[in-house]
Amino acid sequence: MADSISLKKLVTRLLGVVVAMFVFGFALVPLYDVMCKAFGINGKTAGQYEGEQVVDQSRQVRVQFLSTNNIDMPWEFYPKHDELTANPGAVNEMIFVARNPTDRPMSAQAVPSIAPSEAAAYFHKTECFCFTQQVLQPGQQIEMPVRFIVDRDMPKDVKHLTLSYTLFDITARHPPVAANTGG
Amino acid sequence: MSAVIDDHGHADHAHGPAKGLMRWVLTTNHKDIGTLYLWFAFCMFLLGGSFAMVIRAELFQPGLQIVEPAFFNQMTTMHGLVMVFGAVMPAFVGLANWMIPLMIGAPDMALPRMNNFSFWLLPAAFLLLVSTLFTPGGGPNFGWTFYAPLSTTYAPESVTYFIFAIHLMGISSIMGAINVIATILNLRAPGMTLMKMPLFVWTWLITAFLLIAVMPVLAGCVTMMLMDIHFGTSFFSAAGGGDPVLFQHVFWFFGHPEVYIMILPAFGAVSQIIPTFSRKPLFGYTSMVYATASIAFLSFIVWAHHMFVVGIPLVGELFFMYATMLIAVPTGVKVFNWASTMWQGSLTFETPMLFAVAFVILFSIGGFSGLMLAIAPADFQYQDTYFVVAHFHYVLVPGAIFGIFASAYYWLPKWTGHMYDETLGKLHFWLSFVGMNLTFFPMHFVGLAGMPRRIPDYNLQFADFNMVSSIGAFMFGATQIFFLFIVIKTIRGGAPAPAKPWDGAEGLEWSVPSPAPYHTFTTPPEVK
Ligand code: HEM
Ligand SMILES: [Cu+2]
Repeated sequence: MADSISLKKLVTRLLGVVVAMFVFGFALVPLYDVMCKAFGINGKTAGQYEGEQVVDQSRQVRVQFLSTNNIDMPWEFYPKHDELTANPGAVNEMIFVARNPTDRPMSAQAVPSIAPSEAAAYFHKTECFCFTQQVLQPGQQIEMPVRFIVDRDMPKDVKHLTLSYTLFDITARHPPVAANTGG
Repeated sequence: MSAVIDDHGHADHAHGPAKGLMRWVLTTNHKDIGTLYLWFAFCMFLLGGSFAMVIRAELFQPGLQIVEPAFFNQMTTMHGLVMVFGAVMPAFVGLANWMIPLMIGAPDMALPRMNNFSFWLLPAAFLLLVSTLFTPGGGPNFGWTFYAPLSTTYAPESVTYFIFAIHLMGISSIMGAINVIATILNLRAPGMTLMKMPLFVWTWLITAFLLIAVMPVLAGCVTMMLMDIHFGTSFFSAAGGGDPVLFQHVFWFFGHPEVYIMILPAFGAVSQIIPTFSRKPLFGYTSMVYATASIAFLSFIVWAHHMFVVGIPLVGELFFMYATMLIAVPTGVKVFNWASTMWQGSLTFETPMLFAVAFVILFSIGGFSGLMLAIAPADFQYQDTYFVVAHFHYVLVPGAIFGIFASAYYWLPKWTGHMYDETLGKLHFWLSFVGMNLTFFPMHFVGLAGMPRRIPDYNLQFADFNMVSSIGAFMFGATQIFFLFIVIKTIRGGAPAPAKPWDGAEGLEWSVPSPAPYHTFTTPPEVK
């Protein structure tokens, strides 16, 4: 048809769409992280605590701790206590214990998650063993702290938080010699 | 020969097809390539069907009888992949190749050489895919949705072949789609404005845009898998900072539009057939076009209805629930229009019409179960049960597949120059109809009662319904061999078909003789 654009131009444009959509597929990766952060899902907790450094004595929140080993991960891995009671605004600490019972050096990565997701945006970690990787020699045991502040602005109806960690064996990906001892 | 067939100014073209096997290897003729696609799709339909027979034979009784669970997993995976990418999609591309140039008065597809290439990629892709079944670690066993980490960390060795096969299929589909768009936008006969195009052409135009929008995302998805498996990245591995749930988002961003890719061309075919056998123009042509376009648009914003249980936030559940329900509106418009087209028409029920009417009714059942699944809180119960299997088979078998059967019977006289045997056609319809309902209707009940999908064994209380499903499946499967017989019989003989075998039919494809000559519309027809 006389008024239609040339075939070459049309095909070039369509190929442009194809390339753009291929790139878009990869753009979903950072986009996903942004969304997770915005909605506080997948353990993406809030950043630095910027609220008042005053402890809210008027209420308490129960924080429970879970530890899970990913499939085939032989380490012993557990929190020293199952739960603690936290006042919003105060700095709390929990120690997790990890031991490598095997006869070879191994490296591990802990991946956190927090529930309920509405509360994730009000949970600030100041220190966490999940920020780094852990390397343990055969039989070695370490104690790893996590320090956190529960936001004073956290909705009043949240009285109960769960912080869970899954421990992954990453020895194959990060051979123990190369990595630093974490903790 | 009719006056439209005129080879003037094309002295360099051969007047007929080349002889021998090389005709098919080298052909750039849209009818030849359409035929190749259709035969390829039918072979894959039988292959994918035979995998389904293995599944139903194993599920005939509770307990493990016939195959190992590991092989059962490969069967469910390969059945899905072969049916989706090997049978349904190529069949529609075949119909597009044959019919779009004939319907818009074009001499051929806009890019005939690319057309040849996009077809021949498919046998290569499927050879690669199916050959993995014979490798030591077995073929893909992670479901047609190939969720990570099943398809990455825990995948069999053959997953790399699977990834390359998907890449090839993707390239083939993208090239096919570009060809369709270029043909429709550039090669319409003078006077064939967009809003005069037959609906089959319209729905294919929209499908082609869906294809070029989402097939690259699928290609990206399998590329990320490839990199996770071989190059140490962690797109989908939590240990390295990635996330398996991300896989599902990327996959379903492709996956949901993909299900519409499999149904929109069927909508178009049925919109050609129902008016013909109602002897009335299609009710609400314009609204059909807009409804198709809005379905295509909405299909991009509903993907997470496949992921209600992964832990998306409440606002997400609500958004995807309502967006999904919204799709029922344009779909309802279509069903209403088909029904109104039939209303007070002088109806006859030849085989294409039988398949088309069954399409409307049974597809609606699938739409209703889809609406049930769309209710996020209810989906927590339905997810990963046979209820989902029932839903998508109701939209795909009497939807996509019946749409293809209806098209095949409708246009067989044009392709072969012979009328098919009406009695046999009707028998094929009724056997398919009964077989299909026997197979898939009971799955609603076992699904609601909690039978999980993709498991080779089940609890005793599901036994009776499963036996019924299996009997229906064997019946449906055998019936398709009968379809092959009908088609071959039609090719080899039968009453000669006139140029327009259906008295109520409209459209340019009926202005050329039957069988359609090798070259048609070399001088464009005039459309008033
Ligand atoms: C009214 C329209 C529709 C609605 C509301 C709808 C809704 C849904 C929902 C919510 C699911 C997810 C169920 C779950 O996994 O728990 C689903 C699955 C599915 N739907 Fe639909 N659907 C519709 C139409 C279609 C059509 C037209 C097709 C294809 C032709 C289709 C094919 C599928 C497939 C293949 C799956 C399952 C994918 C899998 O997990 O393997 N649906 N549908
Ligand atoms: Cu969907």
